[in-house]
Amino acid sequence: MAADLVSTFETALDGLAVTHERTTAAELPAAVRRAVVAPAVGAPLPWDDLTLDGSGVNLSPTAGELRDAATGVTAAGAAVASEGSLLVQSRPGGDELVSVYPPRHVAVVRAGDVVADVPAAIGWLGDEFAAGRRSAVFATGPSATADMGELVEGVHGPGAVHVVTVAEP
Amino acid sequence: MTARRETAARLHRLVEDEGDAVYANTTVHNAGRVAVNASWDRYEANRARARAIKEDAIERLPELLETLEAAVTANGGHLYLADDAADANDYIAGVCRERDAETLVKSKSMTTEELGVNEALAEAGVDVYETDLGEFVVQVAHEQPSHLVGPAIHKTTEEIADLFNAVFEPDEPLETAEALTDFARDYLGERIREADVGMTGANFVLAESGSVVIVTNEGNARKSAVTPPVHVAVAGIEKVIPSLADLPPFVELIGKSAAGQSISRYVTILTPPTDSPMVDFDRPDEGLAPADREFHLVLVDNGRWAMRDDGTLRETLYCVRCGACANSCANFQRVGGHAFGGETYTGGIATGWEAGIEGLDVAGTFNDLCTGCSRCVPACPVKIDIPWINTVVRDRLNRGAPPGAFDPLVEGLVPDAEPGGLSAQKRLFGDVGTLLRLGSATAPVSNWLAASRPVRAVLEWAVGLDPDRPLPTFRRRTFARWFAGRDGGAARGASKESASDVVLFPDLYTNHVRVERGRAAVRALEAVGCSVSISQPLESGRAPLSQGMVATAAERAERVFESLEPHLDAGRDVVVVEPSDLAMLRREYERLLPGPAFDRLSGRAFEVGEYLRRCLDEGADADALGAGDGRAVAYHSHCQQRTLDLEGPTVDLLERRGFDVTTSAVECCGMAGSFGYKAEYAGLSRDVGAPLAEAFGAVDGVLAASGTSCAEQLEDLLGRPVVHPVELLASGDGRRT
Repeated sequence: MAADLVSTFETALDGLAVTHERTTAAELPAAVRRAVVAPAVGAPLPWDDLTLDGSGVNLSPTAGELRDAATGVTAAGAAVASEGSLLVQSRPGGDELVSVYPPRHVAVVRAGDVVADVPAAIGWLGDEFAAGRRSAVFATGPSATADMGELVEGVHGPGAVHVVTVAEP
Repeated sequence: MTARRETAARLHRLVEDEGDAVYANTTVHNAGRVAVNASWDRYEANRARARAIKEDAIERLPELLETLEAAVTANGGHLYLADDAADANDYIAGVCRERDAETLVKSKSMTTEELGVNEALAEAGVDVYETDLGEFVVQVAHEQPSHLVGPAIHKTTEEIADLFNAVFEPDEPLETAEALTDFARDYLGERIREADVGMTGANFVLAESGSVVIVTNEGNARKSAVTPPVHVAVAGIEKVIPSLADLPPFVELIGKSAAGQSISRYVTILTPPTDSPMVDFDRPDEGLAPADREFHLVLVDNGRWAMRDDGTLRETLYCVRCGACANSCANFQRVGGHAFGGETYTGGIATGWEAGIEGLDVAGTFNDLCTGCSRCVPACPVKIDIPWINTVVRDRLNRGAPPGAFDPLVEGLVPDAEPGGLSAQKRLFGDVGTLLRLGSATAPVSNWLAASRPVRAVLEWAVGLDPDRPLPTFRRRTFARWFAGRDGGAARGASKESASDVVLFPDLYTNHVRVERGRAAVRALEAVGCSVSISQPLESGRAPLSQGMVATAAERAERVFESLEPHLDAGRDVVVVEPSDLAMLRREYERLLPGPAFDRLSGRAFEVGEYLRRCLDEGADADALGAGDGRAVAYHSHCQQRTLDLEGPTVDLLERRGFDVTTSAVECCGMAGSFGYKAEYAGLSRDVGAPLAEAFGAVDGVLAASGTSCAEQLEDLLGRPVVHPVELLASGDGRRT
């Protein structure tokens, strides 16, 4: 079931021109190191069993480092298989800023956190609300605009997105 | 007269200056919406759910606002309920003053356009920067948004490049959309990083948690909300829904409806003040600091409580501002929101917003551009009956007109339930039945007069009839007289046991003008085994309804029902040839007839193609209908027919009989009943019809249309005859009868 959802999720990502890979908990730091364009900043992952230590990502950036970063690395608390959406929460570690400022966003998703569709994702978010975590964005593909007469990707938010899915142990 | 010419000239100018860009953008988004919704099986279920949530939320608004206030306060934010624009602007200026704010960055918000926040803050000494790229273009150009979602859709890439090159004088002149986007992102990125206050709108406000939901594609709302230490969110009170659990249908619908996106790029749910740390780009060497944020939610009345109490305008409050009504509107696609819009809002739903917020007079400046074609009805994700809002506002405008405005020439001709203040033009077109009867009774004299230049000049002067539009040719021998001449008008016995007993409703265009399609309908129905009677020829009420004459339309509806009731009692199904009249019986009569009468009639009324296919489905012999033998047919079904999802049956019939059918995705032919005959709109009507004429002009074959006005438009634009499809199906050899 979870494997099917991850496949569906990856198909949706393909449709959004979002690149993706699968890895394991042990391999995560190395995978992230390969996926980022330096300089990279990040927000600490919220899970005890996963870490960005060893990935070379700066997890406590200054304002200037945030402004100048080429890549931002964050967790996505959940992901929507049908749409390819990442749920990035507003956390004290700076996930919101890190996911929106740099031109490249690398998101870490746990395979078990991929849910089927938007209603399921909002159900998941309802549990988070109950736990006091009540701000999140459904980020789906790169930022985009058609306001200049044709579709351009990479506006105020990232122009490139890469997803690293971590298989369940 | 002069006013009509001025209107025509103004519309023509807008079509010339902005029409191509508006057309390109709206039709792409419209086609995207149609495609994505067709690929999705939960569209109708989600619409029904979204509608129910909005109805409930507006009903319970006082209670929801109390819940919301408690939540926002508990979160550590401030809720301000503003009575009107001045009240809201004063509060926002006060927040800026408190923080000694010099600059404010804004993400896109129509409500702040309505309030004139930018001007009010400029007076208070605060520099405001629009960060949505479309809004930025409009701000730099000192123009008004031309669309709810795409404020700058009236500009081409080249025009934006010229604007930016002139205003910003970049080292390298900007040319491409990509270069323009990069430039705007860098310029606005600096403004965001240095701003003291960030302002956003809110697409939805969740009462239970005090959250705001902001839908964007660019990412500017997230940056504007979270970079400065102060976030001010501004929205109308109607944006409040109960809780997060009510959000799914809206998240699923809004991107699809707006632009054919399965989901918008960023659906941001913020419950401010959020936990995101503070960032100060003026101190680049300092790290991110623990959250210490200020949040103000400003909810605006500005006429909305009164709209809530207004039986018709209330529905406007369900609007999610997706712009689908504009994108699906043939007139809007040509003129854009600078003509089809008021002080702030644009497109079909703008009539409701502007009538409620600014007043009837503002709604009256563009309300005529809604022809009632109804193509926005299936497009609206919250099922708002936008044509009905336009009709009722038109009725109120008619009743509000000064009593001296009527014209005695027309007044005597058409007594009805309408006020004397009604314009002569609306009165004339609203009682087209009288004209058609007189036209037939006096044909061919009426046709000679209709073609006479001096007569047409008088008609233009007196009632605003466009002098260059050919008028329909009145027929001396009406359809009803032809029918009466057959067997003394008795229904011919059915040839088969399975026969259906039907009554054909002779709409007035079939009866007086396009008699052949009536005869063909009778023959085709009889060919598949129906026993056909006809009812009394009556005007359905469509004509007065389209002029905003609701009382007259209701009278007509009652007469039509009375004339059809004995036939329903006798077990007959009602078959209608003219789609605009069928749509009255099936859709609009719900507003005009008592419920049981509407239910009874609408359940038994059928479009002729729909009914013929039904007969085939029930076992009638398809070979009894004309064969196409591969002949090409370019078929334009009628707008109101398509809203009832009734294009398919006719296309299916033609294809089953071997015709090679080409259809059109054009939303409306542009004639739209009387619209294209009016002096001030005839030019626009032809412009709207041009893409259809171009597509069909290239087809080497028969031209067919189900609606009278579609046929008249195509005949005028292409100079070729146009038949009703039933004329192709009625004869044994598939040729026009």
